[in-house]
Amino acid sequence: MSEEKHHVVPYRVYVIVLLALLVLTFASIGITSIEMGKFTVTAALVFACIKTYLVLTYFMHLKYDKKYITAMVVFVFVLFFVVIVITFLDYLYR
Amino acid sequence: MEQNTHVGHDHYDAEASKIGMWLFIFTELLLFGGLFIVYSVYRFMNQDAFHLAAEELNTTIGAINTILLLVSSMTIAMSTSTLQLKKKGATLALLAVTVLIGLIFLVNKYFEWGTKFEHGIWPGSEHLLNDFSQGEILFFGLYFVMTGLHALHIIIGLIIILVAAWRVHKGTVNENRASLLENSGLYWHLVDLIWIFLFPLFYLIH
Repeated sequence: MSEEKHHVVPYRVYVIVLLALLVLTFASIGITSIEMGKFTVTAALVFACIKTYLVLTYFMHLKYDKKYITAMVVFVFVLFFVVIVITFLDYLYR
Repeated sequence: MEQNTHVGHDHYDAEASKIGMWLFIFTELLLFGGLFIVYSVYRFMNQDAFHLAAEELNTTIGAINTILLLVSSMTIAMSTSTLQLKKKGATLALLAVTVLIGLIFLVNKYFEWGTKFEHGIWPGSEHLLNDFSQGEILFFGLYFVMTGLHALHIIIGLIIILVAAWRVHKGTVNENRASLLENSGLYWHLVDLIWIFLFPLFYLIH
C-alpha cells in the first residue's frame, strides 16, 4: 500500500546512532592496536558486526519497516555465514 | 491505494520499490561477501605476509574515511526525515553535505592510492612482482580490487544522490513520493556497510 503512513524518525535518533558508531570505530582502532594474536581479528569483526547492526536497524530503517524485510536481510546474512563455514570446513580439514 | 487523480498509468508503489532496492542490495552484499571470503581464505593461508603487507596501509587516512562515511550516512538518513516533514531546503542542504563528504572521501582515496603508486605498488607493477612475496601480492591485489570496487560504488552512489536531489528540487520527489530518495539512502548505507568491514580487515588488523 503506497498510502501507508510514514514513520518520521526524529533527528535525535540519527545523532545518537552516529555518536555510537564513532565511539565503536575508535574503540575498534584502540583494541586492534593491542597485540592479542588471533583475537585481534575476532575483536575487529565483533565491532564491525555491532556497527552493521546499528546501520541496518536505524539508518536503513529496518526497525520501522515491516518485519518481513528484516527476515529477508537476516536470511541473506545467514546464507553468507553458512557459505563461510562450509568454505572454512574445507580449508581447515583438507 | 493512492488516490487515482492522475490520468494514464501511474504505478507509484513505495513498498514494491523498497523490496526491489533490498533485493538489489542483497546481490551487492553477496558480491562483496564473495570477495571477503576470498580475502579470508588467502589471509588464512598467508598470515605472515598479510600481516606484513597491512603495515604499508595508512590507518589514519582509513580512519578519517570511516568517520566521513559514517557522518554522510547520518546526513542522508536525516534528509529522508526532513523530506517527510516537508522541509525541502533542509533536505537539499543535507544531500549537498552528503555529496560533499563523498567527494572528500574520493579525494582521500586518490591521495592514498597515489602514495602506493609512488612506492611502486600497483597491480602487476614490477616492484610488487619482483620484491614481494606471493602473499603480499595477493594482499595488495585484494586491496586494490576491493577498495576500487567500493570507490566505484561511491561514485555511483553520488550520481544517484545528485539525481534524487535534482528531483527533490523539482518537486517530483516529495513527502508522498519519497522512494527515490529513500532508495538512494539505502544504497549509500550499503556503501557505508561495506566500508565498515573493509576498514578493519585491511587497515586495522596487523
